[in-house]
Order: sequence, then structure tokens, then C-alpha cells
Amino acid sequence: MTKPVVIVGASMGGLRAAEALRRFGYAGPITAIGDEAYPPYNRPPLSKEVLAGEVSHEAVAFPQRAATEDVNWVLGTRVMSADLEHSTVTDDSGSVHEYSALIIATGLRPKRVQVDNGDLRGRHAVRTLEDAITLRAALAPGAKVVILGAGFIGCEIAATARKLGCEVTVVAPGVHPIVRPLGLELAKELQRRHEEQGVNFRMKTAVVDLVGVDEVAGVILDSGEVLPCEVFIEAIGSDCNDEWLEGNDLDLTDGVLTDNNMLALHQDGSAWPNVYALGDVARFANPVFDHVARRVEHWNIPTDTAKRVGQHFNGQANDLFAPIPSFWSDQYDMHILAYGQLGLADDIKLIDGAIEGDCVFGYYRDGKMVGVCGIGMRSVVQSFRKEFMLEA
Amino acid sequence: MTIKVEVDMVKCQHYGQCVFEAPDIFRLNSDDKLEYTAEADDSERANIEAAVDVCPMQAIRIVE
Repeated sequence: MTKPVVIVGASMGGLRAAEALRRFGYAGPITAIGDEAYPPYNRPPLSKEVLAGEVSHEAVAFPQRAATEDVNWVLGTRVMSADLEHSTVTDDSGSVHEYSALIIATGLRPKRVQVDNGDLRGRHAVRTLEDAITLRAALAPGAKVVILGAGFIGCEIAATARKLGCEVTVVAPGVHPIVRPLGLELAKELQRRHEEQGVNFRMKTAVVDLVGVDEVAGVILDSGEVLPCEVFIEAIGSDCNDEWLEGNDLDLTDGVLTDNNMLALHQDGSAWPNVYALGDVARFANPVFDHVARRVEHWNIPTDTAKRVGQHFNGQANDLFAPIPSFWSDQYDMHILAYGQLGLADDIKLIDGAIEGDCVFGYYRDGKMVGVCGIGMRSVVQSFRKEFMLEA
Repeated sequence: MTIKVEVDMVKCQHYGQCVFEAPDIFRLNSDDKLEYTAEADDSERANIEAAVDVCPMQAIRIVE
């Protein structure tokens, strides 16, 4: 019997990998194993539309295509370990899956804050549909909500919670929300707009412990202040789901190090012939910018990297892989759209519009544009997209 | 043969990612709003499928 291609991770990256394998010619068996109960769904609405009311898998499920109808989806099942020498993975029921090729698409999970009084109900993080459904039920009008973390997810949840009539305070270590990668000026303006909508901020501040018995009743800040709350949301970034790969000859310093074809690398830098990694958990260099391998937590990356896997697996990876990073965020009536790697910039300039209205910022490293980000003005932002295409 | 394209304009946030995948079908107008051609030649299928994939709001579908 032909051994299948085994995809570990049944979210967007896993689905896109299956589709790309088929699109570029592979007709053999595919098994996709994922620990969530649901078939692949779109995560961005979880901090926005899903929280605001539309709570169902159907509303966010990715459409399934005819070409991938015969994929063997093994859901609600977590892969616990891998033996790359013998080309097997073992799941949490003890089943061993042999593979012809392995595609690592296990993504991330939210980091949680470590506190003494942490074993309380009312703590939330948002990564899965279940997380969002649980949080949705807690976001009642008038509910006191503390959000730890002022990145994109924290800010989007703050905006949604305000819309639902909650009292929202954001606590974070930075000077302004999303100061990395947006930069000081835009981040300061973003904070102003959130404050205008009634969000309170405690910036340059950490949570040292929680108050409450059984249920969260408040958070204790390092300033000594106690913020009463019944909902505590942790949005402080993510950890890679790569522990199951430990004990193999991989570089797992920060996710799975891969080459330009998304092939996982041995510690000596040579590529495994039949092990790929993609999406949030893959660390790879993008020749558009430089030769430093980085993980990229943008929504388009699973799709782009999966396409590359499909091409390479089918012998059709003939050019240099250089995906254009892009991200967007909706907060209130603000539509933020960006291309490039803003975080690499050493200089940030307003290049169009006005800071208090719609505006576009350019991000530069050594005088060369590495990113562009706008509030509104999408056509202007899009006109810079070609700056992040590899020159032919 | 032609295929039908449908965009859920309630979901659509006009990010215009589809424009780069299928420029003959999707465009942003002068108000930065999405416009699209609802009927396309079958030769556009791969491009439109790519546009479906990259839509952040998953608002595009091909009606078979």
C-alpha cells in the first residue's frame, strides 16, 4: 500500500497544503491530523465577527474543494511524537502513522501569564473557535474586561468588547499599543482612537497576580493598582506547537527552520528530503528582505508556504520563493492594511494623508522600503506592494 | 464555458487582495471599494480560486 503524505495540523495551513499537493499534480493518499474537533476554519473573525455575534463553525469554515474530498481528515487527534528517521508520527491514541512525506503545520498556541493565583475561571485567550465561543458568552454589556497585551489581537478584542458594551482596560508593557511593528507615531494615534472609544490603557505595566476565589475578580498590577474585572483576556503572543518534534535532528530554536523550499533542515543545515514545515511554525529566510530566517505570523503565510510545498513536492519549484507578507486589522471603523516586514525598519515616515485621519506610513531600513502600512487609503497602500516583490 | 463569481459584499472589507490574483475580475474603484465581474471565462478559474484563497474575509465564492 502506498504510504500517504501526512499533514500534521488541520487548520488553514494543513488545508492549503492538501490543496496545493493536488493542484500541482499529486494524486496519492493524504492524511491530515489535527487536534481541534472542527474541519479547517478562518481564524481572523474570531477576534471580531465571531465575538460580535456570529458564533458558528459554518460562518467561518473554509469551503472544501472537490480535489481534496478524498483527504483523510483525522480530527480531534493530537500528534504526540515523530520519528523522522523511520518516517512515522504517533498520535494521542497510540496509533502510528507511516508517511511518504511529512508536512508540519501545527502552528501556534497562545502564551499564558504565570501567576500564583492563576487557577481561576474567567481567564481567556483567543486562538480557537471554542475559545471565541467561550469568551463571547462572557462579554455581556457592562462586564468589566481586562485585556493583557496590546498587539493586534488585544486591540481587536478591545474594539469588539467596547462595541458589545463592556468596560475595557488594556494592560501592556509597551509605551503604546502595537508599537512594534507600527512605530511610535502610528501606535500613539491608535491609542488615542481607542481612548476616544472609551478604552482605558495601563501601558508600561505588568500583571503580577490575579484576585479572586474560583473566579477572576480582578488583576493586580506591578504599580500596586488593582483593577476589578470578571473577564481577563490574555493576548500576549504565542508559542510554537513543535514539542512533538523534539528528539529529531531539527533546528527548533524558534519554530522549525526550513530552506527556501520549506524543507525542514537537519542541525547541520542540510535538508530532510521528505519533511516540510509551513505557516506560523516555519522559520525561513525571505530573499525579498535578507537571509535571516524568521517566523512570520501573518494570515497569508500558510497559503503562500503551502503553495511552495505543493510546487516543490511535485517537482515544480523552479524559482526563488519570496512571499509578500501582508496583514490587515479591523478596529472600529479603522481598516489597517500593510505589506512587507514593518518590524525591520530603522526609519518610519508618514508618506500620505494625515495622522488624525486616513494615513499611510512607509517603513525603511538603510533607506530601502521594507514595509508600508495605512489606515484606510488602500489603493495607496497597494501601490507600494510591488516594492516587496523580488526583482526578476 | 463561463463561471459565476459571487462576493458577499457584507463580509467584504475591500482589502483588495483578490485584485492581485485575478486582476481581470476584481478591482478597487476610485473610492477604494471592490468591484468585480460576475461572469468569467473558465480560463480564469485558477486565478479566481487563488483570489478565493487570499480573501481575508473569505467573502468570494465560485458558483458552480
